[in-house]
Amino acid sequence: MAQLAAAEPLVVTRVAASRRSLAARLWSQPSGRAGLVILAIMVLAGLASLAGLVPDNPDAQNPAATLRGPSAAHLFGTDQYGRDVLSRVMAGTVLSLQTALLAVAICAVLGTLGGVAAGYFGGVISSVVTSIADLLFAIPSILLALAIVSGLGAGWQNTAIAVGISYTPIFIRVVRGPVLAIRNADYVKAAQVLGFSRRRILFRHVLPGVGGILAVQVTLALGWAVLIEASLDFLGLGPPPPAATLGLMVSDGTNIAGIAWWSLAFPAIAVVLLVLGFTLTGDGLRDALDPSTANS
Amino acid sequence: MSAPAEQPAGLPGTGAPVPAATVPAAPVPAATVLAATGLVKVYPPAGRAGQPSIALAGVSLNLTEGACLGVVGESGCGKSTLARLLVGLERPTAGSVLLQGQPVTSFRRPELARHLQLVSQDPFSSLNPRLTVASALTEVLLVHRRVPGKKEAAARVAELLDMVSLGPQFASRLPHEMSGGQAQRVAIARALAAQPKILILDEPTSALDVSVRAGIVNLLARLRAELALSYLFISHDMAVIRQLSDQIGVMYAGRFVERGPWQSVMSSPLHPYTRALLTAVPEPRPDGSLLDSADHIAHDAPDTSQVQVAASARTGCPYFPRCPIRIDKCLTDDPPLEVVTGAHEAACYRAGLAVESSGGVPVESGSPPVERA
Amino acid sequence: MTDRNGTAASPVLAIRDLSVGLKTRTGITELVRSVSLDIRPGERVGLVGESGSGKSLTMLAVMGLLASPVCVTGGSVTLGSTELVGAPDRQLRALRGSEIAMVYQDPMTSLDPLQRVGEQIAEGLRAHGTSRSEAGERTLAALAEVQLPDPHRLARTYPHELSGGMRQRVMIAAALAGNPRLLLADEPTTALDVTIQRQILSLVARIQRARNLAVLWVTHDLGVAAQFVQRLAVMYAGRMVEVGPTAAVFSAPQHPYTAALLAAVPSTTGERSALGQIPGSPPEPGSFPPGCSFASRCRQARQGCTQTEPALEEREGGVAAACFVPPAEWQP
Repeated sequence: MAQLAAAEPLVVTRVAASRRSLAARLWSQPSGRAGLVILAIMVLAGLASLAGLVPDNPDAQNPAATLRGPSAAHLFGTDQYGRDVLSRVMAGTVLSLQTALLAVAICAVLGTLGGVAAGYFGGVISSVVTSIADLLFAIPSILLALAIVSGLGAGWQNTAIAVGISYTPIFIRVVRGPVLAIRNADYVKAAQVLGFSRRRILFRHVLPGVGGILAVQVTLALGWAVLIEASLDFLGLGPPPPAATLGLMVSDGTNIAGIAWWSLAFPAIAVVLLVLGFTLTGDGLRDALDPSTANS
Repeated sequence: MSAPAEQPAGLPGTGAPVPAATVPAAPVPAATVLAATGLVKVYPPAGRAGQPSIALAGVSLNLTEGACLGVVGESGCGKSTLARLLVGLERPTAGSVLLQGQPVTSFRRPELARHLQLVSQDPFSSLNPRLTVASALTEVLLVHRRVPGKKEAAARVAELLDMVSLGPQFASRLPHEMSGGQAQRVAIARALAAQPKILILDEPTSALDVSVRAGIVNLLARLRAELALSYLFISHDMAVIRQLSDQIGVMYAGRFVERGPWQSVMSSPLHPYTRALLTAVPEPRPDGSLLDSADHIAHDAPDTSQVQVAASARTGCPYFPRCPIRIDKCLTDDPPLEVVTGAHEAACYRAGLAVESSGGVPVESGSPPVERA
Repeated sequence: MTDRNGTAASPVLAIRDLSVGLKTRTGITELVRSVSLDIRPGERVGLVGESGSGKSLTMLAVMGLLASPVCVTGGSVTLGSTELVGAPDRQLRALRGSEIAMVYQDPMTSLDPLQRVGEQIAEGLRAHGTSRSEAGERTLAALAEVQLPDPHRLARTYPHELSGGMRQRVMIAAALAGNPRLLLADEPTTALDVTIQRQILSLVARIQRARNLAVLWVTHDLGVAAQFVQRLAVMYAGRMVEVGPTAAVFSAPQHPYTAALLAAVPSTTGERSALGQIPGSPPEPGSFPPGCSFASRCRQARQGCTQTEPALEEREGGVAAACFVPPAEWQP
């Protein structure tokens, strides 16, 4: 199972403070712009689905119109049950997004708490936290998902939990490094000499330095989460049929790809676009926050 | 402000009116504001097989009110460690630091900050890159309740900026939007916002250009006079130290090897290391003094940075390997820092002795040679 | 260009109207503007300036080591009779290490931390065609020449095992091993303790005299310039504002910036008075003002200084300065 390169820790400690807003800086990066545009399209499609603005009911089967190619009535064609592929893809996008958001919420919160604790306090706390992270790293996400699903049952929330827990160690690592570095930075030492309380130093001087890195990691994590979630669904570990998950659609589509390429292609492209959108945005964010490009 | 100081003869006039008066004459014996007794700092060995390194090997000092003690030394002498111990960033392995007669450890951190502040070498590292000047200064003012509220803080920020000769437009700047000199002025203003009476300055001008350095040195001289501050000024630059200090202490291998009034130390150095330092400083005068003479420092002697000798190996004077006037006693007995003449101390059994000419520069000292058994 | 020293020796290095710029999307930002300098055999020339003056860029341009988007935008640099600007990479590489050698400020980043120092020197020699055995001999000779103790043992050490001063000696040995005609040095003693600096300067002076080597020494330290170089060029905002024999420049500077700089330097002897300050700060590349770049900070500025750029012109004592106002008319 391909894991995204999102796992590389970012060692940016001197994240630039700049006059231009983060959004403006992000937009000026080509990768950021592309990523945001793609995400905008996907999110709009998902929202439309939630609002019911779909061409057809995603679950409505139509035995009379099975395996029809793309046409005016069905822009993405129909699948083996006659269901409109476009509607299903839109519904699947919603599911992917909400699963990814929940998953990243879990790992970001847990991981940041762990990372900050480890980086700021060091010593025993750091050893304990990093050991937990190593333990989690050692467990492949698929096995973890299997365990959770067999314990809690299938469903998108459980998929999210599985993905979230497997990604937590990455957040711990990514956050711990900068916190540690900033902790030892001269301006933090200056803050100590200036007589500031530990609490003030942590919240006003150390954490703001981590915010940027966190934003980038969250964005990249969302992309990764979408991919893993789709993979888990593909393997049948997610919500069972007739749920409209992108992973299941790809799985079904693989079987009939020879006769109905649209059944495979469109869900697959949707996954790709989601992952690409998040990854490009994450890259753009990272470049936007890089001190050397901050003021260009 | 006082009248502009005279320029050295022979050089035409230069830029804007020079603001600072000469440093006031040595004050009447005043109270000690900061004292250190027998400070020792040992760091644990770096690797498994390493030796512990002795950064400070017994440092005592007395800073009197309104005075500037200049501490000069090269890399590895322990001067930065001394700074860190004095401001409480690290604890000594042995010895104590007394502030107004009380041990520094008895002060709570915020209270200590109102007495004693630090200005470091690189303002771009010591200033929070995300805070504007106004935010940084206001934070100090509010934490230490130097102003009743935020409204008054803005006025005080403007005052502080003016004190360091920066215009009010700097209040909204971020550190990277300023030059090195401006950023260092902000760092000084931030230290002064806490209204300390003592400033520890750890190489505050070393990262700055020549002309900018001059501005900061003049500023520091003026502030000391105007605000009746006491300074501990640390630098490797003898010329800058000389510019500001009432008393100069020379550090080598974690201790003071010479200390005294600036005029005595500069013109009549007693310790061979001080003499070596003074001879080595390239004077901005093309008189060829630097290159003519053959080195009397052995070319294969260890550099200063290798001086932090392992705890177990230390006997005798640490300068022994490089010393041109060493005697047998120096190998076995570490000379203590003792008064030689007046207020001038040196840690050398042969303090004040001229260097034998071996093609080397015969450096005479002003005071008669003192041989101590 | 007239020969300022009055001798007829042809220069080892002749820099003529060299300009360096930064290529941006909108055009070219000038960094170094029309700098000219000659270095004769056996001469020690200093290039002095503060940050942003362009002194290091000038040196990198001479060696052909500018990294895109920074590039030479005009002028020429001739080593003997060879033109360096625009010369093919192959040719420049052949010259570097054999004809021209360079020493940098931080030997820790110039030396390969994973290779023994002797091997690094020898490798450089072999790259220029020396045989293995001869390279080994010359390496040991070079290490001995820089007065490093026990060259055999030292050649087998790694850079991290040596102190800063010793590493710098190794750099100098590496530079000299190839028997260059010209040594370029970019602040090689700035990071060293002053006692070590003195040793290094003495050493280089001794070797330089023995080999009749031409040296260009970049520094921001006026003390080092005063003591070490015979001729001095002062740079400000990418331009050369004064150049001449060191003694003359120090005793009677002809440009207000040089005078201001000298007044700003503290010394360890003499009267203790407030240091001369220069108001304002140097202009940023890309926003050089019209006319003389120093005019806005100059006490002697008058009408016309902000309109036309003064050219570098001969004055008394072999000194040339780029200023419209002669020292006799300077106000205190």
